[in-house]
Amino acid sequence: MIITRGISKVFKIGKKQKQEFTAVDGLDLQVNEGEVFGFLGPNGAGKTTTVRMLTCLIQPSAGQASVNGLVVGRDDTQIRRTVGLLTESPGMYERLSAEKNLSIYAKLYDVPDVDAAVNKYLVMLDLWERRFDPVGSFSKGMRQKLAVARALLHEPKVLFLDEPTTGLDPEAAKTVRDFLYELKNEGRTIFMTTHNLDEAERLCDRVGIFKQSLLAVDTPEALRQRLYGRKVVFHLAAVNPEWVGLVAGQPGVKAAEAVENKLVVSLNEPERENPAIVRALVQAGADIRFIGELRHSLEQVYLELLHSDAEGR
Amino acid sequence: MKHIRTIINKEWAEVFKNRTVLYTTLLLPLVFAILPLIMLKSTAGSIPDMGDAATTGLPEGFVQSCEGLSGGDCLQVYLVSEFLFLFMMMPVIIPINIAAYSIVGEKTTRSLEPLLATPITTVELLAGKCLAAVLPAIGATYFSIGIFNLGLSLLKISPGVISYVNSPIWLLALLALGPLLSLISTLFALFISSRVTDPRVAEQISAVLIVPVMGVMLAQMAGVVTLNLTMMLIAIAAVAALAFAMLHLGNAIFERENILTRWK
Repeated sequence: MIITRGISKVFKIGKKQKQEFTAVDGLDLQVNEGEVFGFLGPNGAGKTTTVRMLTCLIQPSAGQASVNGLVVGRDDTQIRRTVGLLTESPGMYERLSAEKNLSIYAKLYDVPDVDAAVNKYLVMLDLWERRFDPVGSFSKGMRQKLAVARALLHEPKVLFLDEPTTGLDPEAAKTVRDFLYELKNEGRTIFMTTHNLDEAERLCDRVGIFKQSLLAVDTPEALRQRLYGRKVVFHLAAVNPEWVGLVAGQPGVKAAEAVENKLVVSLNEPERENPAIVRALVQAGADIRFIGELRHSLEQVYLELLHSDAEGR
Repeated sequence: MKHIRTIINKEWAEVFKNRTVLYTTLLLPLVFAILPLIMLKSTAGSIPDMGDAATTGLPEGFVQSCEGLSGGDCLQVYLVSEFLFLFMMMPVIIPINIAAYSIVGEKTTRSLEPLLATPITTVELLAGKCLAAVLPAIGATYFSIGIFNLGLSLLKISPGVISYVNSPIWLLALLALGPLLSLISTLFALFISSRVTDPRVAEQISAVLIVPVMGVMLAQMAGVVTLNLTMMLIAIAAVAALAFAMLHLGNAIFERENILTRWK
């Protein structure tokens, strides 16, 4: 659905445009049909530049990209026709009503039944009652919802969402997020950038961590395992130091350590290896109070990858 | 064509909600029509007594073109010919109000990016924005001249003066020079608008275009040039050539990527 092969973007900067700044450097990526892909990275990492290249707003300096089988740089008008873009800032016509704003875009996207499409999304995004009000009188959350509606008017197969919930209050962010869940369930391909890693974890099938180039790409779970492996924590009444060796000797256990009244055990496959460990601990006289998996957050994964990248550079 | 129409409607809906632009577009034609009428009416009573002395001090080239007219009529025709420059300022001033804001306004409200993300082509976008500024300017000019003509009849101005207003010089100015000036003014304002970061700067720079029109007007007042059919045809040819060149350059100059990424 979205394929990039070594795309880069170099901007000429400075007063005489003689200096060069590489915003995106050799990005290789594939986003599959129906997938929700989270494109994560710090400010200035090149996320928006990538979205702009893939929506044909700017041209790559090198490399190739295709969206919906259409080639960026060759089929730009057709790509724009089949993708929806939610820009970082809603960018609505503030003096015009919500309905007028949407109908302008519906016409520009050549939507066959403009009124039906506009009304559908005004209702769906709970803006119907305010449809004749100028957008300038809308709250930030309402503008963002309107911008989401604008991106969907022509029923695009691929949606690019540039920080869809940034700057919204929790309630407005939830409304937008709930709507994104609906879109996900409709099977649309969604490419979203976000700083909200919790949101990315909940919404995205896969994430890419990006800073000028792609540092890692996979499901959040796979990234977590790749960096930290899987760890199970056995909460005990008390820890006998001999039990560390006992557990470490069990099949499939990579490492074990005692931390206060807990045994932290690194395993390949806890579902298979946990029962034997539990049996061994009970036979050794341990009182097991609770067992849980130690899960690193996506934020930890993200920060770890960025720090490794910074040290590598 | 559908996209162009949408852009025109969008521009009008947005621009005319700005009362300053609306009042300028509506009031300017009225002022430009009424002021000359007041001048003609106030001078009409006193001139007949002056006979040929009325033409004293008028440029010689102009007096020669007054063949068959009385001295008083010739002076009034001279005044009317100056008013033509006034009327030709309208197609220059009005589009600046609209077009100068056009691109930079989209930049400041951040609406340019979603607009450029639609399937609209650069030619369609520029044509829509251009026509949205040119059409009201031409309409306002015609409206103003309509009121002026109506006023001439109501105020019973001399038939010699009225026939001058219906002469080929005026018709050419209305049908060709005015729209061409309007086009140039719009293209220039759009070009400036796409290069600057502040709508006020765009308007100020674009307003420079009024200077050449005023320059020709002052040159005629000083007797350096005389407004006749030949001069009008030369002016139309020159302005048409300039408009053609600007149209040709317009699409090349409007770089979507630079306008989007160099905006700060």
